[in-house]
Amino acid sequence: MTATLARPVDDRPRTTPPPRRRRSWWPYLLISPTLVATAYLLLYPLARNVVMSVQEFGLPQLVRGDARFTGLANYAKVLSDPEFWAVVRRTLLFTALNVVLIMLLSTLVALLLVRLGRWLRLLVMSGLVLVWATPVIAATTVFQWLFQSRLGVVNWVLVELGFESYRDYTWFADGPATFAILVVLIVWQSVPFAALSLYAAMVTVPSELYEAARMDGAGAWRVFTRITFPVLRAMFGLITCLEVIWVAKAFVQIWVISQGGPGQATTTLPVYAFQVAQSLQRYDLGAAVSMLMVVLLVLALLAYFRQLYRQEGVS
Amino acid sequence: MTGRVLRTVAALVVFAVSVFPVYWMVLTAFKPAKDIQAATPTFLPLSVTFEHFGTAVAARGFWSFWRNSLLVAGGAVLLSLVVALLAAFAVARLRWKGRRGFILMVFVAQMTPWEALLIPVYVIARDTGMLDTLWMLTLVYFMITLPFTIVTLRGFLAAIPVDLEEAALVDGCSRAQAFRRVVFPLLAPGLLATSLFGFITAWNEFAFANVLIIKDQDDRTLPVWLSSFSNTFGTDWGATMAASTLFMLPVLLVFLVLQGRVTTGITGGAVKG
Repeated sequence: MTATLARPVDDRPRTTPPPRRRRSWWPYLLISPTLVATAYLLLYPLARNVVMSVQEFGLPQLVRGDARFTGLANYAKVLSDPEFWAVVRRTLLFTALNVVLIMLLSTLVALLLVRLGRWLRLLVMSGLVLVWATPVIAATTVFQWLFQSRLGVVNWVLVELGFESYRDYTWFADGPATFAILVVLIVWQSVPFAALSLYAAMVTVPSELYEAARMDGAGAWRVFTRITFPVLRAMFGLITCLEVIWVAKAFVQIWVISQGGPGQATTTLPVYAFQVAQSLQRYDLGAAVSMLMVVLLVLALLAYFRQLYRQEGVS
Repeated sequence: MTGRVLRTVAALVVFAVSVFPVYWMVLTAFKPAKDIQAATPTFLPLSVTFEHFGTAVAARGFWSFWRNSLLVAGGAVLLSLVVALLAAFAVARLRWKGRRGFILMVFVAQMTPWEALLIPVYVIARDTGMLDTLWMLTLVYFMITLPFTIVTLRGFLAAIPVDLEEAALVDGCSRAQAFRRVVFPLLAPGLLATSLFGFITAWNEFAFANVLIIKDQDDRTLPVWLSSFSNTFGTDWGATMAASTLFMLPVLLVFLVLQGRVTTGITGGAVKG
């Protein structure tokens, strides 16, 4: 997972106004390396991707470099392929399932952290930090080991619990099972960041609000729905957005564990784009798929932001 | 009273669920092969061996992959630190036309789904003869870490009062001297924290490393090596888990260091502010 500092709400005192107001070329000199880097390493690849997606660009064109423009033919081809729509549906399911689980569990863990005594809280938090610090590749390898068919500890536990059918069960040969393991893996990796951020936000809610609610005899559920959630709505929204982005573009976990298989059971959009480009050597189609993914992501987030904006406007 | 018991149980369950996979990894790394292959797993380190770590370290290319990862991650972080510090200074301390637009650009860049750019980056690397070079990987990681380095450094810079700098200017320091003598020492913890985060990101990156280094297998980085490890070693789970542990170790150390530093950085800033 991207290691971003958990500081979405900047509540530090502003030390503005910045002191210098006179016209000068200094600021532009200072940001010029950033602009050059962004232009070459972000905008240029993005533009290349757009161009490639409207060209015929396979291995021969990669070698000879005489790609021909074909208009929207690649998009037409991708969009008319039932397989693409199956991948889109799977990506939506995968993202929704993961994000719902992540938000639900993180909220519960954060609520728990608020109520714990000092030592237990420290214990749980250090456990969460440990998970957060586990590199994706290491975590993915560990999950392969946990679910290993003959020696894996998960199968052993299941058999001990009386589920005899799990003896030597090969998780990674079965589509839904592999899908489920990937969900567990991603949820396990994502909960710490979300839970710790939510906990940090919950601590900032003024305790008078809670006291007032308790005086009115509100139960835990009512306190959460009437106070905690409304006060922290923006924070919940932000974390949900971040998780949607991270889950939808998750590539490494899926690629290392299953490469999208077995069959196509775990092929989500990023994996699909890569498969098409790499194994079919159709870089044009891969580029079209990844452009469509970016568009879908932007649409989903825009819709979400609009709804959030409306809710804020009403209340 | 029951609520208290319930919370304690819940806390222990959360802790166990979070920690178990990592515990199982480290435990397996130290278990003798016969314990790993036993029908009944052992959950405590009853007998300990270092042979799996030996296997992992002795594996072909281990040291060169370790060095590659260090070079690439370190290079990317240094580069993005210098570039980001300049930009963060411009954003936090100076007022200029286009400042808001620039901040917006940085935020958008931070949200970029990098995996969507695998293919064009591959093609560009190939066109410019940068495929299979650690340079290209360094540049990509630099760009991946740059936006959040700017954002966080801007935050740390904004926390340092301008008055301190102004005072130094009044005392006859030049702008550069004021920055070096007053701002820089206060910014040091922030710089450290930010660079460590960048380092972790680059250290862990897999997708680009997997795509950009193809022909020259000696130029691979640790994550790619680790992902192919269980294939190379067949079913040697002890060695695989030892390799994973070794791979995770630097990140874990960084996190431990980081926690203290960030706190001192922030509280220090608060006290002085």
